[in-house]
Amino acid sequence: MSTSIIERSAAQQEVAVAHDTHDEHHGHHIIEFTPQQRLAMNRLGFWLFLISETFLFSGILVARIVLLRNEDGFTRPELDQQLGLLITSILLLSSFAINFGEVAISRGDRNIFLAAFGAAILMGFVFTGGVVYEWSIAHDSPSESIEGGMFFFMTGMHALHVITGIGFLIAVWWNGYLGNYDENHWGVEASALYWHFVDVVWVFFYVALYLIGNVPHHG
Amino acid sequence: MKILGAILSLRKTGLFGGIIGGAIGAAFGVFLTTTIRSLQGLSNEWSIEADSPWNVIVLVVSVTFTLGFLIGVGSMTDWLKWTIGRPGSDGHYHPRKGKPYWHRFLDMDTNHKIVGIQYGLLGMIVFLVGGTFALIFRTELAQPGLQYISADDYNNLIGLHGQVMFVAVLLGVGAMANYLVPLMIGAQDMAFPRLNGFAFWINVPAVILLLSGLFVGGFDTGWTAYPPLSLKAQLGMQLSLSAVFILGFSSIFGAINLIVTTFLMRAPGMSLFRMPIFVWAVLATSLLQLTATQFLGLSFLMVALQRAAGLPFFDPVLGDVTLYQHLFWFYSHPTVYIWVLPGLGIISELLPVFSRKPLFGYSFIALSSAGIAIMGYLVWAHHMWASAMDPFLRIPFMLTTLLVAVPTGVKFFSWLATMWEGRIVFATPMYFTLGAFVLFLLGGLTGPPSALVVTGLHLHDSHFVVAHFHITVFGGFIFAYFAALYYWFPKMTGRMYSETLGKLHFILMFVGFIVFALMLFRMGLLGMRRRIADYDPLLGSGDFGDLNTIATIAAFVSGFSVPIMLFNFVYSLAYGRIAASNPWRSRGLEWQISSPPPELNYSELPQIVGNPYDYGLAGSVYAIVAPQDRAKDQLDQVEHPEIAAGGPALPAPAAGD
Repeated sequence: MSTSIIERSAAQQEVAVAHDTHDEHHGHHIIEFTPQQRLAMNRLGFWLFLISETFLFSGILVARIVLLRNEDGFTRPELDQQLGLLITSILLLSSFAINFGEVAISRGDRNIFLAAFGAAILMGFVFTGGVVYEWSIAHDSPSESIEGGMFFFMTGMHALHVITGIGFLIAVWWNGYLGNYDENHWGVEASALYWHFVDVVWVFFYVALYLIGNVPHHG
Repeated sequence: MKILGAILSLRKTGLFGGIIGGAIGAAFGVFLTTTIRSLQGLSNEWSIEADSPWNVIVLVVSVTFTLGFLIGVGSMTDWLKWTIGRPGSDGHYHPRKGKPYWHRFLDMDTNHKIVGIQYGLLGMIVFLVGGTFALIFRTELAQPGLQYISADDYNNLIGLHGQVMFVAVLLGVGAMANYLVPLMIGAQDMAFPRLNGFAFWINVPAVILLLSGLFVGGFDTGWTAYPPLSLKAQLGMQLSLSAVFILGFSSIFGAINLIVTTFLMRAPGMSLFRMPIFVWAVLATSLLQLTATQFLGLSFLMVALQRAAGLPFFDPVLGDVTLYQHLFWFYSHPTVYIWVLPGLGIISELLPVFSRKPLFGYSFIALSSAGIAIMGYLVWAHHMWASAMDPFLRIPFMLTTLLVAVPTGVKFFSWLATMWEGRIVFATPMYFTLGAFVLFLLGGLTGPPSALVVTGLHLHDSHFVVAHFHITVFGGFIFAYFAALYYWFPKMTGRMYSETLGKLHFILMFVGFIVFALMLFRMGLLGMRRRIADYDPLLGSGDFGDLNTIATIAAFVSGFSVPIMLFNFVYSLAYGRIAASNPWRSRGLEWQISSPPPELNYSELPQIVGNPYDYGLAGSVYAIVAPQDRAKDQLDQVEHPEIAAGGPALPAPAAGD
């Protein structure tokens, strides 16, 4: 690589800062980034954040692999399989809605974007409600068995991210409603990326909690 | 009256708003949690014991306090405006009527130089607090028996010393990285200036939480907070766990910012292999911080949840105690590389300037930072020779640990070759650089005895390991950081520090510290345990009392050299000589502009046309800085006659060479 990834051209806008501070003798010029440069920076930054989050969730999965184990192999909490399948399907479907909405806004179709993101937010709430319901009917108590503890911890950490994601989506939906997005719609892209990420994490967590291992016989 | 006015004006600062916001947030958190708990019929009785219901309340309050503080400071204003669809500020500094300039350091600010200095100031305060803790318990250790503090206080102080210093060093890394990286790569600011200011301000509520643990019983686990002991510790443990968890956000956001800045904002012509070495080091450090920090947060969160809600992760029967140690060390070993890599970068940065010679083997030094970072992930279990880990795992981890010596050795040989036949200029920064070199070498050489399983098992939990760790961090970070402070002081302030006081600081600190470390090495070899308040002087060779007395005196000498530096800086800031813009005749980009650098560093991007460290090579050019940005006093005034003599230290290559 011989030069930096972003080559700044002479065509860049130069905006003089009106309020010059302690350095009057040579003027201050903010070298503005082009929208493409800004987008590249935002994308790299956000992906780095997702890489960091990946380490968090991998750590949790490592803990699950180490802790949910007995002499017969892996164990898992006793859960309602139908409910698990249902909320997993809803979360996966919400990712399709998000993608639909993202494509719509990049074409400038604001109404479809609002409808699709609105549907995804709704599905996010249904998923969270499903998790809370699963908590209320959980067979294992969080403190008396490691299966219960791990179940509450993993679903809790994931739900925290889902709730954050819902908040993010609502803010983006509102900004979209106000008409703040055009071909430049980084906010939509970022919230969509985050939502897909939370979705992928759940795919792993669903397998780790619902599918792998056997329910141990207590007592 | 003037001072009174300045104190009164503090009420207009972001810090004051943050404290008010934090207080409101904390009160709200207490109200919310106690109300919900009362409705559920749970007790809210105040107690600082391990099973106190306040473990839950403290966890919630830590979050609400931090959020309230960050909103009060003003670090989230633009983002909150965005969520409701309003435009935010333009992100640049505008002087406000009635607000003095120095308020910038107590406000939310987006300029990377201000943020860097904020990191440095907070880091210095935290460093002094941690150092004071160390001197207190070091005094207790001077003689056998308990003279000054109780065994509980001793335990609290060693644990807090560890965690507080941990924070201080991370803040020091943040100070150097934030101040220097945009200047060094020819950028106007960081990629995400708001995130940068936000990442700094997270540290303040976290430090407040960490230190307030002292008032609710502290914690007696040492800084590592191993369960099951940390499950039995008092309420201070819960505060420390949540404080460190919150600090992790600062590390991660800062790392994202630095990586994006380094990859996408370099001046035209600055390829990766024309970056200053320090930028390479920060890049490697940031990649570690970005990823490994999550594991520390995870391990501390799991302990905090077990204390608050009884999730049995580390229950000796239901869970697995060793898992904590794996998760903890997967961060906490790389963290020492997070500390020392920027320090080693500073050594590589300063040696060519003060040897007036090119840096030997630039690309090897650059890549060795990356090598150390990668190796850093693969060695964590060498802290666990004496744990319940499968003994078989000791061998692979011993081998990977010894392999770290390879990239580190590359650095040492390169430094030696850089100084070889150079014309060495003995200025204060060079003293500290050489001191760092010697101490880090001693730290490196005492590494293999700790890493080899045979000797490591004997040395485990002894003062030998304590000395190895401290000498490595002093060499790899503290001395390099002080070298950097002296070196860039004229650039940051536009004034020159006192060379005499600087050298006095170095001599006291270096001699004091090296005596201290040698005493600890000897005691550790003879079997003196770490983390004990009292000891039998007749154990070992019967001279533990004398060795401890000497170590304590030496620690005081070393510790009391720091106020000399602070006095030097404060005095020089007010009365020091006006410094030239490039007193070291450095080739670095930041030295070509005026001191202190203007608000936006460069009004036009510099062009990079050569290699950064070709000192003494006739006719070599590194960068072309726009004429309006160049300092007006170029090369008129330099600090040392050796530098002023100028000209190439090496004979210019003859034609046809």
